[in-house]
Amino acid sequence: MDFGFSPEQEMLRATARKFLENECKSEFVRARMAEPAGVTDEFWKKLGEQGWLGLVYPEEFGGTGLGFVDLTVLMEEMGRAVMPGPFLSTLLGGLAILEAGSSDQKKEWLGKISDGTAKATLAWTEPSARWDAPGVTTTARAAGGGFTLTGTKLFVPDAHVADVLVVVARTSEGKRAEDGVSLFLVPRGAKGLTTKLLPTMDQTRKLCEVKLEDTPATLLGAKDGGWAPLERVVQRATVALCAEMCGGAQKVLDMTTEYAKIRIAFGKPIGSYQGVKHRAADMLVDVENAKSLTYYAAWAVDENVPEAALASSMAKAYTSDAYRKVAGAGIQLHGGIGFTWEHDLHLYFKRAKSSEFTFGDATYHREKVAQLINL
Amino acid sequence: MDFTLTPDQEAFRERVRSWLKANIPADWQRKIGSSDVPRPEAYEFLRRWQHTLHDAGFIGLTWPKEAGGQGLTFMEELILHEEMAVAKAPPMLNILGVGMAGPTIIAYGTEAQKKRYPAKILSCEEIWCQGYSEPNSGSDLAGLQTRAVKDGDHYVINGQKVWTSLAHIADWMMLLARTDPDAPKHKGITYFLLDMKTPGVTVKPLKQITGDPEFNEVFFDNVRVHESQVLGEVNGGWQVGLTTLMYERLALGFGLQVRLRITLESLIELARKMEKSGRTVTKDPVMRQKIAQLWIDTESLKYTGARAITKLLKGEMPGPEASAGKMVWVETHQRLQELAMEIEGPYSQLMQGTDWALDGGTWQYTFLRSRANSIEGGTTEIQKNIIGERVLGLPK
Ligand SMILES: Cc1cc2nc3c(=O)[nH]c(=O)nc-3n(C[C@H](O)[C@H](O)[C@H](O)COP(=O)(O)OP(=O)(O)OC[C@H]3O[C@@H](n4cnc5c(N)ncnc54)[C@H](O)[C@@H]3O)c2cc1C
Repeated sequence: MDFGFSPEQEMLRATARKFLENECKSEFVRARMAEPAGVTDEFWKKLGEQGWLGLVYPEEFGGTGLGFVDLTVLMEEMGRAVMPGPFLSTLLGGLAILEAGSSDQKKEWLGKISDGTAKATLAWTEPSARWDAPGVTTTARAAGGGFTLTGTKLFVPDAHVADVLVVVARTSEGKRAEDGVSLFLVPRGAKGLTTKLLPTMDQTRKLCEVKLEDTPATLLGAKDGGWAPLERVVQRATVALCAEMCGGAQKVLDMTTEYAKIRIAFGKPIGSYQGVKHRAADMLVDVENAKSLTYYAAWAVDENVPEAALASSMAKAYTSDAYRKVAGAGIQLHGGIGFTWEHDLHLYFKRAKSSEFTFGDATYHREKVAQLINL
Repeated sequence: MDFTLTPDQEAFRERVRSWLKANIPADWQRKIGSSDVPRPEAYEFLRRWQHTLHDAGFIGLTWPKEAGGQGLTFMEELILHEEMAVAKAPPMLNILGVGMAGPTIIAYGTEAQKKRYPAKILSCEEIWCQGYSEPNSGSDLAGLQTRAVKDGDHYVINGQKVWTSLAHIADWMMLLARTDPDAPKHKGITYFLLDMKTPGVTVKPLKQITGDPEFNEVFFDNVRVHESQVLGEVNGGWQVGLTTLMYERLALGFGLQVRLRITLESLIELARKMEKSGRTVTKDPVMRQKIAQLWIDTESLKYTGARAITKLLKGEMPGPEASAGKMVWVETHQRLQELAMEIEGPYSQLMQGTDWALDGGTWQYTFLRSRANSIEGGTTEIQKNIIGERVLGLPK
């Protein structure tokens, strides 16, 4: 048994930290928050040059060919820097293409995603905000050898900058809601496709409304067979998100302990007061447990062990609560300065909140855990 | 990252498993009651059980061969504890000896001491207790006042210890006493190996919240201890004592997670047979949330432990994840026991001794016993101080 990172992974971590400290400073993040795109071409290109945009795709499709544990390392660092931009959304789209796509579709898109010439996303949830199959009501109609899609998708990350959308739609009413779901590719500019950027609390994450009106689409994978690959994609993306959340939570803990050492109140550093010290210790416990569950989940999805679904839900349930609590405690222990726009804490606090409700919150995943342990 | 075992480790697991299957006394639980903590009626049985385990070569796995151990790694130790928990094997009686006294003697002992003590600890011929806490020094251990005064080649000991687990059946004590009252408090303490049969030692059992007398007061009235019984340097006992505590956390930590998982499975069994307002407990959405959270926390403890063991196996010191372990276990276990009471509802009031008591009243005992978890082995508040100061580097 070896539940640690390899020297190569530690090197990836060091490289990523240094890169992001240089390229993704607070000023950069804040500038991207204020703009619709959330990313610059230059920055995106650099991510591609590092090999990070195609990190987990096989080399034959233009990717770097690394595993999910490597991605975990990278995502932790990205979370530490509250990196803005369509990285997670492009990962979602790319994973869906990798999971369900034909060899040609993979060749066409994964290469472009990996070298930074294309961004992708997944258009899944709808105004009902359901994560289950009955929530998929966007319809797909067969038309002239292809399909057309009609419906409204909501909370779609970065659809306004995506070159291709993987859309989840209903091709038939099966016995089970899961049976009639299919995945489709819709390129940017397709007829009847409109995307509207929505104002979000976490401005580092851009969310869109996506409307489809008889929009032509190409089937991705088997007709009516989209739910199983979607579940696998989301399972993996959930773990990646958890890693990002762990990185952010660790950074909040670091900022808070540093501050507690230098901020003086009543003639002593606030960190010497137990009200502060013990809360910091609680933060550490939350962060460490979140990491343990996330690392295990990364290993489990990487190896595709039967426990992967359970591991991913355990990680998301714990990490959702942990990041929220840690970010909240971070603000509290900073006092007034923690409540300002100027201090970076709110970026993490808001990221914790948006992440909490991405791919299901703690309550949702605890219920999944309950089902998976046959309760 | 890799969670698979080597072929040798798999073989070891198989060996442990089949041995346990063949050797666990069939109805031991019915006879002496199942609980993590040995109860008084079980002592003789548990002494023999540990002896049997020892004969089979399953005690002291990580101890060096010269000391009677097996010279194996923490991985085998972990496997052993997992298998013992899964097989619901009886607990180890001489846990303080095996987990603390032995490793400390191996680390600090003279050749003579290393010859004399460890083997008998493993075989359970000699049971050990830990004489640290006193009426006026528990958390503030370094403030202890029991005095040891040099008299020729002996020390004369006077004072009192309290909360001393198993002292009433122990043969030996790890004793911390003050040898230099003028030195700063951490620098005047010496670690003694005390024979509990020495004249002047009086043990008075104390009844606990559970009703069991599991810990004791121990009085020293001019107890004479030969200087060869000092472990480590005179006035260097603080360092030696801390080593013991480090082993305590490691040794006790291994089995804890697995036993927690087993307890959780019993809790789920209980939940399946209980109803709340006409609905099975496991079908109640709120209860499902609570049980699932316990499951998640129990698993997180396992992986946090795995991270610490990985560092140990690589010869590094465990990092922040290790210090979190005890606290998380305590909080999770106490929450589990509270949930058992909640599931039982009004039945939680009934103790062993009536057919109406659920599961023979064992939950009532384990619930009460769990209150000690956040006190024994360093209180939760002290653990948080340690994490804050030593791990996060916050000022005192
Ligand atoms: C079941 C059981 C078995 C035990 N077995 C043994 C044994 O075998 N050998 C042995 O030597 N001891 C044993 N102990 C004793 C145990 O180690 C002590 O009880 C423990 O260290 C606390 O000390 P205390 O009881 O004096 O409490 P105190 O130190 O008086 O603590 C009282 C309260 O004050 C808090 N407190 C104290 N100092 C601080 C601080 N600096 N910051 C914040 N809060 C603080 C504590 O957390 C606690 O809540 C056992 C205890 C129990 C319950």
